[in-house]
Amino acid sequence: MPYQNISLIPPSILLVDDEASFVETLAKRIARREIKVDTALSGEEALEKLEEGGASTTDVVILDVKMPGMDGLQTLEAIKRRHPNVEVIMLTGHATVDNAIEGMKGGAYDYLMKPCDMDLLLLKIDSAVRKKREHEEKILEAKAQMIALKRGY
Amino acid sequence: MVDKRPKPGEQLPKSKGVIATILAISLIPLLLTGGVILYEFEEAYHQKIFEHLTVLVKKHSRTIDEFLTDRLGDIRVLARTNSPTSLRDQSFLQDQLAILREEYEGAFVDLGLIDPHGVQVAYSGPFNLAHANYAGARWFSEVQKREYFISDVFTGLRGAPHFIVAVKIWIEGQGWILRATVDFKAFNGLVSNIRIGETGFAFILNREGEFQTNPDFNVALNEGPYKELLESRLEKGKVLIREEPDGLGREIIFVLASLNNERWILCFQQEMADAFAPLTKARIVAIILFITSAALVGLVALFLSRRMTYRITEVLEEKDKMSDQVVEAGRLASIGELAAGIAHEINNPVAIMVEEAGWIQDLLEEDDPASGDNLAEIERATTQIRTQGHRCKEITQKLLSFARKTDPTIKVIQINELIEEVVSLIDQKTRYANVKVETDLGPELPSVMASATELQQVLLNLLNNSVDAMDQSGGVIKITSSARDDRVVLEIADNGIGIAEANLSRIFDPFYTTKPVGQGTGLGLSICYGIVNKLGGQISVKSAKRQGTAFTITLPASEARNNGEDADAAPRE
Repeated sequence: MPYQNISLIPPSILLVDDEASFVETLAKRIARREIKVDTALSGEEALEKLEEGGASTTDVVILDVKMPGMDGLQTLEAIKRRHPNVEVIMLTGHATVDNAIEGMKGGAYDYLMKPCDMDLLLLKIDSAVRKKREHEEKILEAKAQMIALKRGY
Repeated sequence: MVDKRPKPGEQLPKSKGVIATILAISLIPLLLTGGVILYEFEEAYHQKIFEHLTVLVKKHSRTIDEFLTDRLGDIRVLARTNSPTSLRDQSFLQDQLAILREEYEGAFVDLGLIDPHGVQVAYSGPFNLAHANYAGARWFSEVQKREYFISDVFTGLRGAPHFIVAVKIWIEGQGWILRATVDFKAFNGLVSNIRIGETGFAFILNREGEFQTNPDFNVALNEGPYKELLESRLEKGKVLIREEPDGLGREIIFVLASLNNERWILCFQQEMADAFAPLTKARIVAIILFITSAALVGLVALFLSRRMTYRITEVLEEKDKMSDQVVEAGRLASIGELAAGIAHEINNPVAIMVEEAGWIQDLLEEDDPASGDNLAEIERATTQIRTQGHRCKEITQKLLSFARKTDPTIKVIQINELIEEVVSLIDQKTRYANVKVETDLGPELPSVMASATELQQVLLNLLNNSVDAMDQSGGVIKITSSARDDRVVLEIADNGIGIAEANLSRIFDPFYTTKPVGQGTGLGLSICYGIVNKLGGQISVKSAKRQGTAFTITLPASEARNNGEDADAAPRE
């Protein structure tokens, strides 16, 4: 069953925010819930980390909308261009809800208001990971079918 | 064009000037018409008086002349209608005198016949003058030369003023003279009856300047015009009228006419003040009228200008209030703009605190929450919560310091401190817009006199504009403060999109904005202009499209140059 496959492998996320304290604590809390967490303090750093590990090591990016330098929307665009499989959950303060909606249109999986409820966050991470893995599964199946076709079965 | 906020009283028209103008405008025409009418009236009245006096004197001179010729005629008739014999008869003369006296109400005093040697041969009258010798009398020699003669008034032998009417009669080839004495009183009455007003009276002079009648008042013959008049010839039937001071220092009208074949002069004189008394009255009435209307006009002018000044003051005050409200509205708009940034800024520490609290909860749920590691972690988390709480407090206080109601109180302010305050206030906004704020603050700047909240708003508006002028890639805002002469110069320069030259002249106009509808009030810069102007400073702008904009504010330095000696000079943290 594909579902079992998905839940067996622990999800891996990348947390991006310019507030170091926030990133640190949230990462610790998420890590306690058997999720692999990596952190980045800016859009640029996040892109670098994704580049290093590739889409295989990161399932979901949790991305703050408002950051100095490259802001959330720009980062989202770059991620979606280079790693279309990676799901992105936007994190926003009140003033930037408009931006989050903009992000949804730009391919983000969902958005959350800061400060966020841990259970809600985990739920969203979980469904995002599912979506990504199902998607990857389908790709794998398609590839398998293609190989089978080539072999002439 | 721009909110100039005049100080009350500065633009008030001077009410004194208004009053003067109203007075001038209403009184000058009044004065002119009144003056012209009065002048014309005076001229006309003058003419009328002169004409009246001329007619009067002419009439009287004719009457007097008639009286004289009539008396002469009486004697001539008497002389020609009676024989010399009867004329020599004393009783005949007596009868004739009685008839004459009866007819002429005592005009004749006596009658006498004088032989060619001057001896009165027959006499009838109240005096004892029979055989009186008149050979030496002037009238006697005069009458010898002509046929008849009217003498001047003289005292003569009888010791009383009288004059003589004499007619020559030829008897046997010799010139006899019939003479009559005319009563002085009767004659004098003719003249002294001529009275006009209080001071107008008449008298008769002979060519030598001797009185022929008694003047009612003092007459200065030696001085004044009489001497000159007596010397000049005055034609019969003509009237001479003159207006000049007499010897006694009074302004007098003199009217003269010749009498008795130009041997006498009828003089009439009247003081001008008396003759023109109605004119003086008219003048006084005119002056009273003018003064009354001047007072009235003055009162009205005073009242009107007072009311006008009051209204203008009221309007100015209203305008001041309005512009205060505009400033307040603009400030609230800037706060609104700030609020978005601040909400995010506050949201960050709050998020951290929530996460830290959640982390502590996570740890407490462990089997052994009191383990050394956990305790250390909990302690770190609480410290973090405290730190973030302080951060929140700082942010709210920053906002509060600005959101407080505008305090227009002018205080001594250190411009550099103010700049730092405002820069920290918009720190969040600039950071997220990738805008770097560089400050180059001159050391030991003189302080300025200003309202802290107002000046804060000027800076905030300019900085907000600068940040808004940047595109996504951000930019640099440079704030420079320096002292020049006794002024403090503040420059805020950015490398944003700049202002189009066509718009440059309008940026300080209220409600002018290039931002999309709903995003800018168009009040920011006009408020800056108003505030800086009010503080006695100037604000100017330089801009180049795509290169940036620089605003320069110049403020007069306050006298208190000592930095921070004044305890409440500027709020410090």
